[in-house]
Amino acid sequence: MKYVFDYSWLAQYWPVFVKGLLITIQLIAIGAVVGIALGIACAWVRSLGPKWLRPPVTAYVELIRNTPFLIQLFFIFFGLPSLGVQMSELQAANLAMIINLGAYSCEIIRAGIQATPRGQFEAGASLAMSPFETFRHVVLVPSLERIWPALTSQVIIVMLGSSVVSQIAAEDLTFAANFIQSRTFRAFEAYFISTAIYLVLAIALRQILVLTGKLIFPRRVRQ
Amino acid sequence: MTEFSLWDIVRNLLLATRWTVLLSLVSFIGGGLVATLLLFMRIGRRRVFQFIAKYYVELFQGTPLLMQLFLAFFGLGLFGVDVPAWLAAGFALILWSAAFLAEIWRGCVQSVAKGQWEASASLGMGYVQQMRYVVIPQALKIAVPPTVGFSVQIVKGTALTSIIGFVELSKAGTIVTNATFQPFTVYGLVALIYFALCWPLSKCSQILERKLNVAHRSH
Repeated sequence: MKYVFDYSWLAQYWPVFVKGLLITIQLIAIGAVVGIALGIACAWVRSLGPKWLRPPVTAYVELIRNTPFLIQLFFIFFGLPSLGVQMSELQAANLAMIINLGAYSCEIIRAGIQATPRGQFEAGASLAMSPFETFRHVVLVPSLERIWPALTSQVIIVMLGSSVVSQIAAEDLTFAANFIQSRTFRAFEAYFISTAIYLVLAIALRQILVLTGKLIFPRRVRQ
Repeated sequence: MTEFSLWDIVRNLLLATRWTVLLSLVSFIGGGLVATLLLFMRIGRRRVFQFIAKYYVELFQGTPLLMQLFLAFFGLGLFGVDVPAWLAAGFALILWSAAFLAEIWRGCVQSVAKGQWEASASLGMGYVQQMRYVVIPQALKIAVPPTVGFSVQIVKGTALTSIIGFVELSKAGTIVTNATFQPFTVYGLVALIYFALCWPLSKCSQILERKLNVAHRSH
């Protein structure tokens, strides 16, 4: 192997990585919060909501879970404008991530809701709680607590999957690597560094979500 | 300008689907073989191997598949070989799916009750015999539904190989779009073909899981 690794370009180009990293963080922050909210709404519909709403929500979940994120992104960014819906790259990326995480988290949260014992609903009702209050306090919070680790993994998977948004020219971390390699011809080095950044980001995100879980669910019995 | 009928679009997409299917099969089988190796490293008794297998999985699960594809594409090239896209794609997908399959199967092996290990040890079985006659047969049964479920992730993962220039269903979608200027129809059809590939696998995994649970309850 005669190849000589060269990282001297880093001195000039590191701000590009920082800019890309910030966009990736912004994408996953919005995607995670809105996506999980959408997931909760869909999980409610699928387990307790009105019967007529269930088929469309099920169709949405199945369709998203069984098609690649890349195609969802292309459909939103390239396909929807022919229906008159135009979006910027970042808006399309955000929307695709929200829709994607919404479907996956719906299934995860629904599993949590279904594990709620029947008696809990009755207990809520007997304390004169409205159905909404029962759902909010008795069902949802313990359900989320139960499935928090699975949800954490899913958010990380979506964060890693967001590297694809560079393909519609949303300027995320992968886009930064593409940009740098096209300028410096140091493809391997550029992708190596961005991969390392993604790894650190994944580890950090896991820690943040575990901490968030401890904050939201302080009652959790420590094992 | 040539006009493209819907059939022209569908026909070209279906022709490209063969490559998606082939790449998925290669990744699944190759990944399964590497995963078996990783699994035995992980559950074996050698500390060094445990360490390597553990961090292999962490590394591949903690970085984007797209980055792994890029690194395989440009990294293999560093050895002075001219790397065709299909080689880099197959290589990266095998390593990636191996990490996930190894982790899934490790969970299955570990879910075999500790008492089973102790019981087989008390019958004077050695490590290999315990594995061969007691643990693996039970773990295999538990492993089927999540493994089928993961095959869906592999099919979807192959879409990313279009980015390094492997012409499969997604890339064909882009090419056909550029020729027909009908992104809505083309990407809609691409999504439907992926759905037709993945949905039966998902359903299969769900049904197997339900059957397995029933079998467990009747014990």
